[in-house]
Amino acid sequence: MKHIISALVENKPGVLAHVAGMFAARAFNIDSLVVGRTEDPKLSRMTIVVVGDDRVVEQVRKQLAKIVPVVKVQDFAGQPMVARDLMLITISAPADKRPEILSLIEMFKGRVVDISTKQLMVEVSGPESKIEAFIDACKPYGIKNVARTGTIAMPRQGQAEVKS
Amino acid sequence: MSPKSRSAAVSADKSTSKAGAQIIVDTLIDLGVDTMFGYCGGVVLPLFDRLYDAPIRVIVPRHEQGGCHMADGYARASGKVGVVIATSGPGACNLVTGLATALMDSVPLVALTGQVRTELIGNDAFQEADTTGITRSVTKYNSIVKDIKDLSRVIHEAFYIASTSRPGPVLVDIPVDIQVARYEADGPVKMDLPGYKVQTKGHTRQISATAAAINKSEKPVLYVGGGVVTANASEELRALAQKAHLPVTMTLMGLGAFDQNSPESLDMLGMHGSAYANYAVQECDLLIAIGARFDDRVTGKVKTFAPNAKIIHIDIDPTSISKNVIVDIPVVGDAKYILTELLKEVEFRERAAWFKRIAEWKKKLPFTYDKKVSTIKPQYVIEELCRQTKGEAIVTTGVGQNQMWAAQFFKFSRPRQFISSGGLGTMGYGLPAAIGAQIARPDATVIDIDGDHSFNMTMTELATAVEHKLPIKVCILNNGYMGMPRQWQELFYGKRYSCSCLQNPNYADVAKALGAAGETVEKKADVPKAIEKLLAEKRPCVFDFRIEREENVWPMVAAGKSLNEMDGLDILESMA
Ligand SMILES: Cc1ncc(C[n+]2csc(CCOP(=O)(O)OP(=O)(O)O)c2C)c(N)n1
Repeated sequence: MKHIISALVENKPGVLAHVAGMFAARAFNIDSLVVGRTEDPKLSRMTIVVVGDDRVVEQVRKQLAKIVPVVKVQDFAGQPMVARDLMLITISAPADKRPEILSLIEMFKGRVVDISTKQLMVEVSGPESKIEAFIDACKPYGIKNVARTGTIAMPRQGQAEVKS
Repeated sequence: MSPKSRSAAVSADKSTSKAGAQIIVDTLIDLGVDTMFGYCGGVVLPLFDRLYDAPIRVIVPRHEQGGCHMADGYARASGKVGVVIATSGPGACNLVTGLATALMDSVPLVALTGQVRTELIGNDAFQEADTTGITRSVTKYNSIVKDIKDLSRVIHEAFYIASTSRPGPVLVDIPVDIQVARYEADGPVKMDLPGYKVQTKGHTRQISATAAAINKSEKPVLYVGGGVVTANASEELRALAQKAHLPVTMTLMGLGAFDQNSPESLDMLGMHGSAYANYAVQECDLLIAIGARFDDRVTGKVKTFAPNAKIIHIDIDPTSISKNVIVDIPVVGDAKYILTELLKEVEFRERAAWFKRIAEWKKKLPFTYDKKVSTIKPQYVIEELCRQTKGEAIVTTGVGQNQMWAAQFFKFSRPRQFISSGGLGTMGYGLPAAIGAQIARPDATVIDIDGDHSFNMTMTELATAVEHKLPIKVCILNNGYMGMPRQWQELFYGKRYSCSCLQNPNYADVAKALGAAGETVEKKADVPKAIEKLLAEKRPCVFDFRIEREENVWPMVAAGKSLNEMDGLDILESMA
């Protein structure tokens, strides 16, 4: 099962290497790992997606917490949360297919961010499943390149989804 | 030097500023360091220069690995933090085995390494190595100091992290320009470790649940590891075992935590543990692990480990809990605190049937060996060492059969008396660890029970012992083989002794060449006299006991077997 784990870490050199090294040394499987700054310049947030049974994820959580510059670890499993991936994708888009592709992008609330005679670059964000679905939908046209961020997540405070 | 920069230098001298190297030394003194182990090199010369006048004893080993094991042996024997210094590049790299050894056995250690000048870092400068990168997975924590303002604080943090919670080695990498830069220190340092939490108190409800389980249990076993030694909780452990009437078995690392001469002792458990401890664990209805980590050398096949038992695990390190074996009651906290709390709630219970059953196993299957043969049996040498020192010596070991026999046949009664590389199994640990232990405990008898090949790995450190006039006693159990691999080759590889038999030097001659005393013992009848002589010797000495070449360690739980499926029981039984 996939678990999304969030770790607040000190903004110090070597922390990412330490976290990544711990995963490698203990043979834990990382699905994605995203690091970025937070509102506090001293802290960064790592969002780590791991695959494994409850026991494995429990060890991951504890081993992460044990790393000295890791300040706080949360596992979002079973909690209401918002999880998002961001993707840039270049699709082959000859003139005759463009209207079709544009309406597809519309359906996925994507945005065209670059355009040339032969292809389009599109930005899509959302839950991983939506990203996967968009990739599938684009396949028939020919995918040139994909860049994805991996998942970031935050626990939800309110109960209902607010449409974005 | 231009006139301008010269005047700047002079004015800096007049101020109250201090060089980085002086800050390091002053910080070490503040932290109570009076002894350390260090090897020099270009980028630590500023530091060594300041140490020259400092009230700190610096022991220079012959190899940084030796220095690191010395600091480790010093820490294990004294309970204090061991400190080791190495230069950049090759010096720092030579620490790796020593750091990993300390990490696996939770030994408080601080390593200070020199690094090339800050502006050269990353450019493949002479003797540059990415020390923090290389040592990240063999330290509890490490960091590089790139600003002299952080220097004192980072060293304070290193000592704090090394010695608290589950102890371990911490490395601080210090570029040489930071050692020579000057800084006006402004008052006491404040540690800044928002991510480091030390949890000592255990959960009250879990402690009560533990006490209730003990009170209810018919067939309990306490399974004790090095954590009890680290927590200085031996006294509380003894009180608990007596008050609640519990048999106690120890891991290799736990030896000494509980007096092996007391009736509740089951001695060591695991792969080469006692038959009675292994049977007791497999049959018990309650297993209380304290400061132990369910290592595979202890559990054998995990699936069938203690199959009938409810398992309680008391440990300061939450990652140890339910890592290898799922436990019923986890108690995270300091062993001393938790045992003190537990003591208030446990009751005495006779458990006559359980102790009777254990006594029968003990009688039928003791640790023993063939006493009739004319060759020198390694077990005999150890028994004689134990007898003549009245079990009082501090014992360090190599790795292999020598280590297992030392664990089986010396009866330890006090914590910090048995010093051995348990987790990593580092050959070459025994001699330097003995040096560190002797420095920590100048009045104690320190014996390194070693294997010939383990000794080969770090024997140059005899020169260090000679230089510092340390009366350490090395007893080589010389079987002319890498005995443990040979035993496995005998049992599992059709006696094809590939790689495990090499030519050895004459160790008595080696010892003499290095300035120590040396002797070869070839006859069984000479053993008691030789040991008498060894114990009376005031110099470092090496006694080379030519033991029975193909003696094996029994019992043995082969890899993948359950604890109660021991080989060699027939051999033990026939000699009991
Ligand atoms: C540094 C290191 N290399 C290799 C090993 C693997 N190993 C374990 S025991 C052993 C041989 C030990 O031989 P010796 O020191 O003579 O001890 P004996 O088993 O004969 O008592 C070896 C090679 C090890 N534990 N450590």
